[in-house]
Amino acid sequence: MNLGISAIEYIHGIKNGTITAEEFVAKTIEHIKKVEPKLHAFLSLNDNAIQDARNIDKKIKSGQKIGALYGMPVSIKDNICIKGGKTTCASKMLENYTAPYTATVVSKLQEQDATIIGKTNLDEFAMGVATEFSAFGPSKNPWNTDYVPGGSSGGSAVSVAGLESILSLGSDTGGSVRNPASFCSIVGLKPTYGLVSRYGLVSYANSIEQIGPMGRRVEDVALLLNCIAGKDIHDPTTIDNKNQDYLSGIDAGISGKKIGIIKEMSSGAGLDKTVESVFRNSVSSFEKLGAKIDEVSLDMVEYTVATYYVLTTAEAGSNLSRYDNLRYGYDLDAEGYEYKSYISKARRNFGPEVTRRMILGGFVPSAGFAGRYLLKALKVKSKLKKQIQEAFSKFDYIISPTVPVLPFKFGEKIDDPLAMYLADINTVTANLTGIPAISIPYEIRNGLPVGIQIHANSLQEKSLLQAAYALQSTTKLPEVPL
Amino acid sequence: MIGLEIHCQLTKLESKLFCTCKANYREFEPNTNICPVCMGMPGTLPRLNKKAVEKATMIAMALNCKTPHNLGFFRKNYFYPDLPKSFQITQLNLYGPTSIGEQGKVSVEGKDIRIRRIQIEEDPGRLIYEGSSEKTAITLVDYNRAGTPLVEIVTEPDFDNPRQVRIFLNVLSDLLENLGVSDPTLEGAMRADANVSIEGGNRVEVKNIGSFHDLEKAIHFELTRQTSLKERGIEISQETRHWDDKRKITISSRSKEEDQDYRYILEGDIPWVIMDEKSLNAWKKNMPESISSKKERYVAKYGIPGQVADVLSTDKYYSDLFEQAHDDSNAKEIANIITTDLMGLVDTREKREQSKLLPKHLSDLVSMINTGKITKSSAKGALQEIVRTGKSVSDIVSSTGLSKISDEGELGKIIDEIILQESTAVEQAKQNSQTINYLVGKVMQKTKGKADPSITLNLFKKKIGI
Repeated sequence: MNLGISAIEYIHGIKNGTITAEEFVAKTIEHIKKVEPKLHAFLSLNDNAIQDARNIDKKIKSGQKIGALYGMPVSIKDNICIKGGKTTCASKMLENYTAPYTATVVSKLQEQDATIIGKTNLDEFAMGVATEFSAFGPSKNPWNTDYVPGGSSGGSAVSVAGLESILSLGSDTGGSVRNPASFCSIVGLKPTYGLVSRYGLVSYANSIEQIGPMGRRVEDVALLLNCIAGKDIHDPTTIDNKNQDYLSGIDAGISGKKIGIIKEMSSGAGLDKTVESVFRNSVSSFEKLGAKIDEVSLDMVEYTVATYYVLTTAEAGSNLSRYDNLRYGYDLDAEGYEYKSYISKARRNFGPEVTRRMILGGFVPSAGFAGRYLLKALKVKSKLKKQIQEAFSKFDYIISPTVPVLPFKFGEKIDDPLAMYLADINTVTANLTGIPAISIPYEIRNGLPVGIQIHANSLQEKSLLQAAYALQSTTKLPEVPL
Repeated sequence: MIGLEIHCQLTKLESKLFCTCKANYREFEPNTNICPVCMGMPGTLPRLNKKAVEKATMIAMALNCKTPHNLGFFRKNYFYPDLPKSFQITQLNLYGPTSIGEQGKVSVEGKDIRIRRIQIEEDPGRLIYEGSSEKTAITLVDYNRAGTPLVEIVTEPDFDNPRQVRIFLNVLSDLLENLGVSDPTLEGAMRADANVSIEGGNRVEVKNIGSFHDLEKAIHFELTRQTSLKERGIEISQETRHWDDKRKITISSRSKEEDQDYRYILEGDIPWVIMDEKSLNAWKKNMPESISSKKERYVAKYGIPGQVADVLSTDKYYSDLFEQAHDDSNAKEIANIITTDLMGLVDTREKREQSKLLPKHLSDLVSMINTGKITKSSAKGALQEIVRTGKSVSDIVSSTGLSKISDEGELGKIIDEIILQESTAVEQAKQNSQTINYLVGKVMQKTKGKADPSITLNLFKKKIGI
């Protein structure tokens, strides 16, 4: 049985009886057991997965109405809640935390008859680009296990790239779906802010983050988006998408469409030469597909990384302050703490990156400094939004490499936060402006994956997925060396 | 100068501010009126209670405030064990006017007290101490209250003395009750902190004041303390002081609360609420009639005396009873019964809750009086019985023999007895006809108020020949 089939091929297999959900899930678990010691994509597995798949098979056999996912395995980033199961956010603070309710996206997947296969690894509370900040050890890049898989949804990307799951849900605050998708050579979409419910996603920077679908094929990601998008009463920031079908007409092509190359993301000193060369190839592919290419300059991009870290740390400082070692992560004995030692003990279950961002988050919105940092960042955000709208008055899509650098080795950037933060420069714009962006695997160069990023205007996911599908049709990628 | 910060719970709402738990948390066992949202569990999001916006807008309008075009919420970040998320969702005007009301005013005895701002916010949970908060060995937390809807009303420092503060709070409390947004008599439903300063001194915030009565005392104490410091040439430092309920003094709180930095940020999980003209107009239309308008109407339409109209209109319980019981013909009598005979029977919250009285009882009672079936003084006795049992007026009158004695034969016998017993008074009455009222009173006493007063008087006059 080929575990590397696409979601669409899986559904065909189920429909014409060549596979059953139970067989496929059982095979997947067998494979997981084999590769996990090497890859470490998962933090926990669903012990009932085979039973769940068997129940779905029964439904299929008895001719009952069946959901769009037909029992296929889907993995979930471990910062998304499933009732009764652990949701650790890869943090010591939530090591033993059991969620009392289920996230809207997971309920929707269950309604569509997905088999939830397990919860995937991430950088602690989704802060990082390599999963090196997971309190439970990093995930490894299946293309070369000496290299990081990207982050923070690294476990999700590894589970999909490593054939441990057909689909996965990650979360993207500044590139956390697209970055690991690029590093692991899979497809990852950051939807328009508000298209997908965040109810049950543990907040990091709530005003800009979204849950995003990940898969090996563009059409798989479109299918998963169909299942999770739309208005949710539990999340007042969600938008009614009128049940748009992102899969139908995905092969419409992009002939005659106008594409802008974002100058500030696609050239300059910070851009790796290999990445630049792969990106140039992708531009020729777009041309061959009949698109009209031009360059577009967004001079605010220069300030986006600083802006991103000011805004996200301010929100993280607020969102994570409830994890005070009193309500969560407590290691009190019956005697309790001496009151004055409480504060110093309160946050010690946080790892280094979360601690760094919490400290920054206490500083940037504080009295006397808010004007210099937080308010300035908000100004850049609104100027950037204006520039993006101008760009979309001229172009259907704007493109760049997803990440300006190639996947790096473990430990290479962990002690240099600034270098690490600069890896976000091409991805944070979509979060700061709320627009959708997708990363498509384009080439494996010297054994390392390079992804291409396409942005579209708000709520233009259908058109964005058509462009991604068109680009995918021009690629020929090797099989992952497992 | 004195300014106030008043917290008022919107106790009349069904649910909490951001979830579907009950706003009325008082009936629950500790930590049972809670859910993942009001407990701030990871991944939960607030869903704004639209009714809270409507009710708070009514308060803003009643206090003559400007309402914003866009309503926004902010996070006030601080650590306290009763605050599940470690931030409180509240409002402020950080980026222009975004809180539910600003720049209002209320007239108190001819003086305008300006309202600086009104904001909607969530109440935290409750800490329960063993004894006093300083000496407690154990502190328990009850989150039933966490997330219940509050409005905070901030005044300008416009009060000259503690008495004005008391009158203002009474006016405000009546106004909130009249709007049907809150029951200020519920324990903890209305709480106030005071900012007190004197000429040439810094502002001192006084917190932890349990009742309005104590608030007046606390302000008085603080004014005296500050004046005495000034006289001795000691600087009055800007600080927060706590009211000591037992010793009735204010104490400097050593914590540096005044230096606390709340690191306000916008609450991105609650989208801006557009306050469109249509909703505002609809809410304005739905607002109950104001106390002053009720009073004017009672005086102008029914000729009810000003003082009676005042009592009737300021107390929502009385005015609701009046509105439901009266028609054009009996308004004045109903108003009288409420403000004289009924008042003593239902003057506390407990008595009102236990009372079985319905508006119909009042109109029935008045018609019995008007048709001469019972006397006014019997009506008073009947009212007691009604409040206690809720029986119909006619049942009470027939079963307890309260119906008026107007039979001349029966009354004649009683009068004859009185003439025999009160010979001196009879002689006096013959000299001075005014004193006959004493004798009529004796008849009323004997009949427990059932004697028809005018028949008795005429009969008496006839019998003793005046």
